[in-house]
Amino acid sequence: MSGWRVLRAGPLSLLQDAGRLGWQHLGVSPAGPADGHAAAWANHLLGNRAGTPLLEIALGDVLLEAHCATWVALCGADAPLSLDGQPRALWSRFAVAAGQRLQIGFARRGQRLYLAVAGGFELDAVLGSVATQRRDGLGGLDGRGSALAVGDWLACAPSSLPGPAATPARFIPDYAQSPVLRMMVGGDAQAFGREQLAGFFQQTWRVTAQSDRMGARLAGEPLRAPARPWSEGVAFGALQVPPDGQPIVLLADRQTMGGYPLLGWVHPRDCWRLAQSTAHQTLRFTPISVESAQADLRAFYRFFG
Amino acid sequence: MIQFEPAGAEALLVRLAEAPDAALPARIAVLAERVRAELGDVLTDVVPAWTSLLLHYDLRRIDHRQLAERLAPVLEAWQRGPDTQTAGRLHLIPVWYAGEDLPWVAQQCGLSVNTVIDLHCAAEYRVGAIGFAPGFAYLTELDARLALPRRATPRTRVPAGSLAIAERQTAIYPQTSPGGWHLLGRSPWRLFDAARQPPCPLAVGDRVRFIPIDEAAYRAAGGEG
Repeated sequence: MSGWRVLRAGPLSLLQDAGRLGWQHLGVSPAGPADGHAAAWANHLLGNRAGTPLLEIALGDVLLEAHCATWVALCGADAPLSLDGQPRALWSRFAVAAGQRLQIGFARRGQRLYLAVAGGFELDAVLGSVATQRRDGLGGLDGRGSALAVGDWLACAPSSLPGPAATPARFIPDYAQSPVLRMMVGGDAQAFGREQLAGFFQQTWRVTAQSDRMGARLAGEPLRAPARPWSEGVAFGALQVPPDGQPIVLLADRQTMGGYPLLGWVHPRDCWRLAQSTAHQTLRFTPISVESAQADLRAFYRFFG
Repeated sequence: MIQFEPAGAEALLVRLAEAPDAALPARIAVLAERVRAELGDVLTDVVPAWTSLLLHYDLRRIDHRQLAERLAPVLEAWQRGPDTQTAGRLHLIPVWYAGEDLPWVAQQCGLSVNTVIDLHCAAEYRVGAIGFAPGFAYLTELDARLALPRRATPRTRVPAGSLAIAERQTAIYPQTSPGGWHLLGRSPWRLFDAARQPPCPLAVGDRVRFIPIDEAAYRAAGGEG
């Protein structure tokens, strides 16, 4: 058998791939990585296809023992990283020999980091995807949505690559900064009125501790939400305003339908950045047209395939 | 009054009506099938709701304007099409009416427990939408005499298979989950199983009737708890 033994699993480590597409009409959440940017780079550095199964590690504190020779890459939150006690760099790929231990400490900036192995982790798909969705009880090692646990076995094939590679510095986000998220105004925006919309873009919002993979919950000067009669399907990045007036941006583990009024949709790439913001961090919004957001997203897809 | 609206960078919302009528869920289900058949090559998800259809598309293959163009003839044909083809499949779901809220519901509605059961299982319901959780089907329309607001504090744990009501809707909880609806009974049916094809027997537009069974029949059918 070749793969990795889990010696410390961290508070919430989840196997993810491109997400569970095609089942939203039955209420199945798409899931997938909360930060598609860091996940895409981790796979890309190893020559893996986009969406190859990798491990999303929230907050760090993971110890893995390799049982084969392979290459790995870790991208995302800034956490201490070492191989048999020797420091290794994030946002780069490096070789691992059988018997070596890979240690990830607690994240200092950002929330989640992505561990990819050359060729990807091997596990059975549920409804076409290995993406772990705990609320739905789907995906992951047991197929029932469980997070990684001590003693788990992460199977992968042995592999070798020609040499090191790293993400260019300009593509590595600084998670300590307060981001400006681009938002496509739409949905029920007209019913909120021009004044509220202007206020929304002017004020500084704060990420709250209630945020999770389902949605980022923000706090600020509350909005007055108009009523909305019928639930509709919801898309990635939908900015919902529940009756308390504090926005929720729907992320990877979003539900498939929603009834709260919408102010618009956050650019998917900025949703990924938002998923790295820790509780109490601040952020602002700026408007972007659907067409501009699409052009930007297409460039991302062209690069990562 | 069909309207298109981009829902972010990778989805298009098709609004089909201001408010649902009895026939609309089944009509939307027919439209969803046609859209899947005609445009499946560029769509990742087709999500029918009460008055709308949300189309998640692959931005690498199409954008919302091209999608709206390709949709136009499908929608035109759908609008011309007769309602008679849209009956929806009928499901007969067994239920043991012994839910813990049954006496309370009867009291709140000023009815006997038996009348509550009779009213609930007399109606034929429509699947108006599936959401909230995998396989959670919103069924309408509950008899007005049984309409009650949701619980002020949701239960943290509602067992899988629970039959519940709230407002003018009824539903069966597919998995054990939190829930704010009033529990009337339990069904041995599992409404979502990822290993089954299809994973959920119900689809938007289908019809549902509840068949009362006793505890022995519930247990014989594999009912738990």
